[in-house]
Amino acid sequence: MSKLVPLPDAITRFVPDGASVALGTSLESVIPFAAGHEMVRQNRRDLELVGPISDILFDQLIGAGCVRRVVAAWVGNVSAGLGHNYRRAAEQGVPRAIDVEEHSNLSIGLGLLAGALGVPYLPTRTLLGSDLVSRNPRLEPLEPGLLRVGAIEPDVTILHVQRADDAGHAHAWGNLGVTKEAGLAAESVILTSEEIVPTDVILSDPNRVPLPPHRVRAVCHVPGGAHPSPVQGHYGRDHVAYAAYHRATRDQAGFDAWLREGVLDVPDRAGYLDKVGERWPALRPLVRCPAAPVDYA
Amino acid sequence: MSGEHADTGLGYTASELLGVMAARRLYDGASVFAGVGLPLLAAVMARKSHAPRLMIVVEGGVFDPEMLTGRLPISTNEMRIAHRATMLTSITDTFLYAQRGFLDVGFIGGAQVDRFGNVNSSVIGPYDRPKVRLPGSGGANDIISLCRDVMIVTMHEARRFVPRVDFVTSPGFVQGGESRKEAGLHFGKVSQVITNLGLLGFDEQERTMRLEAVHPGVTPQQVQDATGFELEIPSDVPTTAPPTAGELTLLRSLDPDRRYLG
Repeated sequence: MSKLVPLPDAITRFVPDGASVALGTSLESVIPFAAGHEMVRQNRRDLELVGPISDILFDQLIGAGCVRRVVAAWVGNVSAGLGHNYRRAAEQGVPRAIDVEEHSNLSIGLGLLAGALGVPYLPTRTLLGSDLVSRNPRLEPLEPGLLRVGAIEPDVTILHVQRADDAGHAHAWGNLGVTKEAGLAAESVILTSEEIVPTDVILSDPNRVPLPPHRVRAVCHVPGGAHPSPVQGHYGRDHVAYAAYHRATRDQAGFDAWLREGVLDVPDRAGYLDKVGERWPALRPLVRCPAAPVDYA
Repeated sequence: MSGEHADTGLGYTASELLGVMAARRLYDGASVFAGVGLPLLAAVMARKSHAPRLMIVVEGGVFDPEMLTGRLPISTNEMRIAHRATMLTSITDTFLYAQRGFLDVGFIGGAQVDRFGNVNSSVIGPYDRPKVRLPGSGGANDIISLCRDVMIVTMHEARRFVPRVDFVTSPGFVQGGESRKEAGLHFGKVSQVITNLGLLGFDEQERTMRLEAVHPGVTPQQVQDATGFELEIPSDVPTTAPPTAGELTLLRSLDPDRRYLG
């Protein structure tokens, strides 16, 4: 049965207001920006965002007023500095106050892993002696020298992958971050994919599949869906876009204008990439670096 | 890090000085967790000079990526960082590897550092209504909790070196003495603070910050003046050897566009 649906339909169906959504599970690469922008266009509200380092996607969703809570290790703009919208929300409650569940990269990964393993918590030796423990309800001392990280179970995890078939079999490679953990911990998984390929392509290399296909509820064909973040084998990181975003969003009016032009007035991803203009084709890799084939005989 | 790109008047900038001093601390055969920016630049510099068998682990879960001169990544997850890596795993695996005790050296920075080496990268001001909401830990807490020897690399300013951080994102020696161990952190420590003015360490008992060396052209009093708490200053403070022409040439060749060096 085909799970291939247009991105707006997948967001409408699987990301309701109030949902807990894991995004940006590969840290600074393959961030599903197209899916995030579609949430903004559909005016989602009261979302809980889950992700270790989301680069500017969390900042955009916070600025658009979609977010009530953030579960993250780092929120900002990796190459340019602080996240202006994150600051406005946390410091002034603009456009609305947000609750922050602050983690380290390891504790959010372990929380998702606990969710993926179906256990209530995992023990770790990180974060002891820090003020994060007293501020984060999911962290509790377990015994001397061990901290308990409670399971994180998002309602939906959105993953951007290089290729998938219409049944939800996918191949992902490069930096996977907490992709497998977040995919297994969630109730539903939405895939956005650079390419839709025949099933035989995926089945030729089953080690490359990050999670069981039956976890996937929707597959969306969204070429360029992770721009400005990079996708191994497809396009590099668009540093210019991050710097421009940082400059444009220093005040709320600047962000509102950016959002209108870059998201609200853009019908779909093709329209978005048109606006990226000359930079978009220039992000393609200049040389190919294929891995040696593996033999499943 | 205001001022890091300013020339020191000695033929190198503050950021170049930090890079050289950090690279010198790395030794052959060590494993180092190096974040993108000056730490990675320093690690690659060490590997291309005195530490050819340095194993560099980058946050995204990349072991020993091949770093091409002038093509160092800006983000830990750029495509180029996977190029000819010896292993590409997940971030959780990387930190569990650290938790297992396999990473010798880690680098972190932060908005505030206090006299016990605690680092704040979360909030300036009260947590619930911050004056400045900073990005947060990322991997910094995991590095300081789980790597054997951690070096804090930062510009030296009184507003940054505070008596007590507003929030302990990443614990150094917590409240001094045995309190790091009592908090449950039995492994690892902050062994060095590398700044543009000098090198600092910690008293073996009290675990308070002390001056261990000044950089060329800097006096101990200047270091104290740029520190918001009283430093332990020995009567005889050595001066670090200035960056050599060879070190500066190598460092600059790695970052010809001056993306990290400014």
